[in-house]
Amino acid sequence: MADSDIKRLTEDLPPPEFETTAFTTPPPLSEATVAIVTTASLHHPDQDDFAPADTTYRVLDGERRDYVIGHWSPNFDSSGFAYDMNTVFPLDRLDELAERGVIGRVASQHMAYAGNQFDLSAMKMDSGPAGAEWLRQQGVDVVLLTPV
Amino acid sequence: MSTLAHVFEAAGIATVALGSIRKQIESTAPPRGLWCDFPLGRPLGKPGDPEFQHRVLEAAFALLDSPEPIVTEFGESIAADEEADEMVSCPLPPRHDPDAHPAVDEARGLRAAYDRGVEMTGGRIAAGRVVEADDIPAAIEAFIRIAEGTSWNEAGIPGLPMRASQDIRGYYETAMVAMVDHAPPAWAGTRWFLDATEAGKVLMAARKAMQEQDAPQPMWFYLTPGDR
Repeated sequence: MADSDIKRLTEDLPPPEFETTAFTTPPPLSEATVAIVTTASLHHPDQDDFAPADTTYRVLDGERRDYVIGHWSPNFDSSGFAYDMNTVFPLDRLDELAERGVIGRVASQHMAYAGNQFDLSAMKMDSGPAGAEWLRQQGVDVVLLTPV
Repeated sequence: MSTLAHVFEAAGIATVALGSIRKQIESTAPPRGLWCDFPLGRPLGKPGDPEFQHRVLEAAFALLDSPEPIVTEFGESIAADEEADEMVSCPLPPRHDPDAHPAVDEARGLRAAYDRGVEMTGGRIAAGRVVEADDIPAAIEAFIRIAEGTSWNEAGIPGLPMRASQDIRGYYETAMVAMVDHAPPAWAGTRWFLDATEAGKVLMAARKAMQEQDAPQPMWFYLTPGDR
């Protein structure tokens, strides 16, 4: 089982094309509201599982800790997430940073998409912008993006 | 993931993207990206190590100070391939029912460890996608039938084969977490499942049989990690 072999399977996939690199300057981190958006296909047990090639997102309640992984790819180690959810979804670490005043506030809700998509158009044109709008409505200034 | 970074930034939200594959994060060029040389599935690096995870977050959030797009690397690596050579030592249950296939008997014997694992992990990677824990032995029987010659689409696999195999792997790796007393090295649970358990051998044999039956490639290929 070679991690490097599996990385080589995906490292040359064609990248998404954007004419320019959008860039937003956030408020100081100590004043910012931070959310996690993961592409690990996490969801709560009572939410719908992710379907194959699912480009929709799930809202994850930061007050809960019952996150399960719905990713379809077999090509990553999942035992680290099983042992410690912060390996993928570092909510406890963000809470600690907020307590120390390093970040302003941890968003009360977070998001999960399904990574490893071959057709990115829906995420680019539909569910991505919809998720961004939802984050803006929550007052989120900074998003930490985590893969698996 | 980089697609989301571009979309969110365009909507006025600053992002920091962690990435485990160097060429991928460099080619997709998120507005702020941190390549971390960590095993796939562990973007924060080390489970159960808050100090390490905080170092990753500190490096990630430091990118917010950059006045322009930036992709850089985290200063510490985790030697994933070497770590993946480490094995976990998990006792497999002794034979209980001589009339049952060894893989079925094994899965039944691991149920107590699985239940402890669910308790420990909150069931984060547990069975239940298409196969509940009670039905894992029956799902393994379906893959046994394929390995023994039954056509893959007549063997009674519950749901898509890849999803059923994830439930079996999740059942075993959840039991594994309960049987080791430390954070498992990356991929060690998968290696244990595929190389040391009867169910893993069945899955590998069924995968080979499906390939020889000319099953559609996604149906057999994704039964295991792609390097198999």
